[in-house]
Amino acid sequence: MSQPANEPAVDRPVVTADVVPPGVAADGTPQVKVGRWKLPTESLRAYTMLFALVVIWVFFQWATADARYPYGLFLSGVNFSKLLQQMAVTGVLAVGMLMVIVAGQIDLSVGAVVGLAGGIAAMTQGWGLVPSLLSAIVVGLIIGAVQGSLVAYANIPAFIVTLGGLLAWRGVILGLSKGATVPVELPFFKSLGRDLVAPTIGIVLALAAIAALLWTNLRRSRARRRHGLSAASTGATAARIVIPSVLILAFIYLMNSQGGVPVPVVVLVGVALAGAFLTQNTTFGRYLYAIGGNPDAARLSGIGLRRQILAAFCLIGVLAGVASLLHTARVGSASPDAGNLMELDAIAACVIGGTSLMGGRGTVFGAVVGALIMASLDNGMSLLNVQNYTQYIVKGAVLVTAVGFDMLGRRRG
Amino acid sequence: MQTESENRASLLEMRDITKTFPGVRALDGVTFDLHAGEFHALVGENGAGKSTLMKILGGVYPHPQYGGEVRLNGEVHRFQSVRDAEQAGIAVIFQELSLVKDLSIAENIFLGREPSRFGVIRWEELYSRAQKLLDELHLPVDPRTPVGNLGIGQQQLVEIAKSLSQEARILVLDEPTAALTDAEVETLFHLLNKLRQRGVGMIYISHKLGEVFRMSDRITVLRDGRTVGTDRTSDLDEPRIIARMVGREVGDIFPAADHPRGETVFEARNITVEDPNVTGKLLVKDVSFSVRSGEVLGVAGLMGAGRSDLLMAIFGAHAGRMMRGEVLVDGRAVRITRPSDAIRHGIGFVTEDRKRYGLVLEQTILNNMTLAGLTRLSGRFITNTEAEAEAGERAARDLRVKAGSVFTIAGTLSGGNQQKVVLAKWLLTNPRVLFLDEPTRGIDVGAKQEIYAQINNLARTGLAIILVSSELPEVLGLSDRVIVLHEGRLTGEFRRAEATPEAVMACATGHTRRAA
Repeated sequence: MSQPANEPAVDRPVVTADVVPPGVAADGTPQVKVGRWKLPTESLRAYTMLFALVVIWVFFQWATADARYPYGLFLSGVNFSKLLQQMAVTGVLAVGMLMVIVAGQIDLSVGAVVGLAGGIAAMTQGWGLVPSLLSAIVVGLIIGAVQGSLVAYANIPAFIVTLGGLLAWRGVILGLSKGATVPVELPFFKSLGRDLVAPTIGIVLALAAIAALLWTNLRRSRARRRHGLSAASTGATAARIVIPSVLILAFIYLMNSQGGVPVPVVVLVGVALAGAFLTQNTTFGRYLYAIGGNPDAARLSGIGLRRQILAAFCLIGVLAGVASLLHTARVGSASPDAGNLMELDAIAACVIGGTSLMGGRGTVFGAVVGALIMASLDNGMSLLNVQNYTQYIVKGAVLVTAVGFDMLGRRRG
Repeated sequence: MQTESENRASLLEMRDITKTFPGVRALDGVTFDLHAGEFHALVGENGAGKSTLMKILGGVYPHPQYGGEVRLNGEVHRFQSVRDAEQAGIAVIFQELSLVKDLSIAENIFLGREPSRFGVIRWEELYSRAQKLLDELHLPVDPRTPVGNLGIGQQQLVEIAKSLSQEARILVLDEPTAALTDAEVETLFHLLNKLRQRGVGMIYISHKLGEVFRMSDRITVLRDGRTVGTDRTSDLDEPRIIARMVGREVGDIFPAADHPRGETVFEARNITVEDPNVTGKLLVKDVSFSVRSGEVLGVAGLMGAGRSDLLMAIFGAHAGRMMRGEVLVDGRAVRITRPSDAIRHGIGFVTEDRKRYGLVLEQTILNNMTLAGLTRLSGRFITNTEAEAEAGERAARDLRVKAGSVFTIAGTLSGGNQQKVVLAKWLLTNPRVLFLDEPTRGIDVGAKQEIYAQINNLARTGLAIILVSSELPEVLGLSDRVIVLHEGRLTGEFRRAEATPEAVMACATGHTRRAA
């Protein structure tokens, strides 16, 4: 199938058999065969993840059914609202972690930063609301800048820098607080963790989201047609719009039945959307994937690796600050051991969501779904009164299994 | 010769070999045989199935995954693993070297077969046996040197030492000379001739027909997974082989270059570069040259002459210090301390080794193409996929990238198409000067020819081009002017008409000559 060299230029690049390796669609998208369907590998990964989530939910729903909740307690408004609040902190951290991991780095210090920034926010409540909240963000930013500089400019591996940070920042908060727990007293601060957004606002947000969904999908299918990719069938496009819309409405209905969407959940959605935009629609995001995928090629293409890596660490620092506020507000006080092991939850969320620890691969959407899977396991097992130690074992097994399936899929694909 | 080789026992017979990947038939009834002491060349364009065939022989694709029979000395073998094949006396040296960079040469040679007693490695024996092999290869290095410190050429010789140590009866070499200097090639050929006398059968895959004709007893051509023919080398000539490979007759592969040349756009003065690992050692010494708009300047020289170091240093990407030197674009001195400076001043750099330096393999063609010129093509911060896709599709069309769409993952492309993507990446930065470092290494004849045509096209549009290549015919065929480096120094400069292979090679080996 070699093309004659003097063949006239064609309108579109042409496909030849010898450039299409196994497991690749005619248009070059990697794909996997599932029964009679061929799916792009990326989509398959996303669907597998969502499928796992649904299986987990159905299981807990079935397992938590009793006399009071004949259809199950797990997905009831009251529990689901709680689950999402629990997930918000991990979710926010996972979005930051995703950007760091995609760039081929890691941040083990975020749990300690949550403890330190939250503690400082609680201790500075006397200065007023804004300084108190800002102080957590600024602490996160400074730590991110320090760690990022050490990684990017002093060439110390991120694993080492942030492992040092994990110990040092925990030490700092222990010293500052002298081991004492500081209660949250400012009403607005407290409300960050517990309050609900008024139902009407929830509905407005939902409608805005559906409108945005409609717009991006139409734009997307138009663009696909223009670039000669097979446009998705009308049915598929409709499904892409209708299914998420129904889910959004159902979600708002469920939350409003409990009085509204919890504030931390709104914060998480905002952070996730910003993170998705940053990774998919900015030069910064593109550079992160390039740096993680092939640092040499990125450097030779004129990308300032150091600046981008520093920026990624600053971002995760800020997000750790935000997460510390949500966490402190929800708990109602800042204890010096707050945030312990949260870095591992955030990393696990990214990995379950299909992020490669080697860098260059992963999505914000995946990381958030990963966080949701982790939170669902936590919450569901607690409802079932599963022993604490068993919970750890199950979560560890799920993490390893998720990556195992991913590797299996990739080998076939 | 014929009767002699026919009388020899068939060391290897591969009959009716078929191998399919989902959706692609890579091999379709290939038949191949090899005698003891024979040098059998296997040629064909990339994707013709040469490497797949050798992977079956080497046990990479275990038995039931292919159709047909593999016989050694008449006996059917069904290899389950690489280990099985090795034990049957088959050593395969693949293009991608399989060495552990952090281990020493000796450890690599005997990896998994270390001389030991009760599991304790006998280091002295390990090193002395390795030393003996290295002596045989004329490789003047300490067997304790970590492989990562060696150049690609020397690493290749270490791979060969490794297969020698296994006392293979069949040696498969996949493009072994791609990264070797001419001196190293001579060493290798001398060695292969010795092995031939010992009765080792050799299968030699190469794009370099000169070598094939010089060394081989027989040549088998594969095309699209089928055997086109096996003949004695003495019955064949280059045009016929090329015609068999591509399925058509080709004329002169270097298109006639005749383009007007303009002003000097790029000048480098007294470039001097220090080795990042050895203080005081200079990789490039006091090299000056200039290029005019529309001109192709070839840089010839042997491996390690400092050609890539020179370009990397000018581009602001060399790990070592640039001790001295000045770069002028359009007659004005510019300061370049990192690649983004170079790009801003209109320099593009198609680097060597596209997988390592050129591409983010898991990203789309489009994302690779726009990586270097992203802020110009897309937006300073928020990207504009529409604008990018338009520019990328135009480039893909102009360079005839063969792929489903620009959203295809770059890692799934053939070598030639990957190289075109790297070229497109740099053309999309809108350069005035383009550095090309080994732009055709490891790509097939058809794709090479397309790249050559592109180089001429680009020169015609007024781009100044600096071309580094280890293939002398390529440098001589494409360049308007040639400079030659030897051990970091400029030893010669030739106009196109004066640049004969002999004269250039003389300078590359240390003789000095200045242009008239």
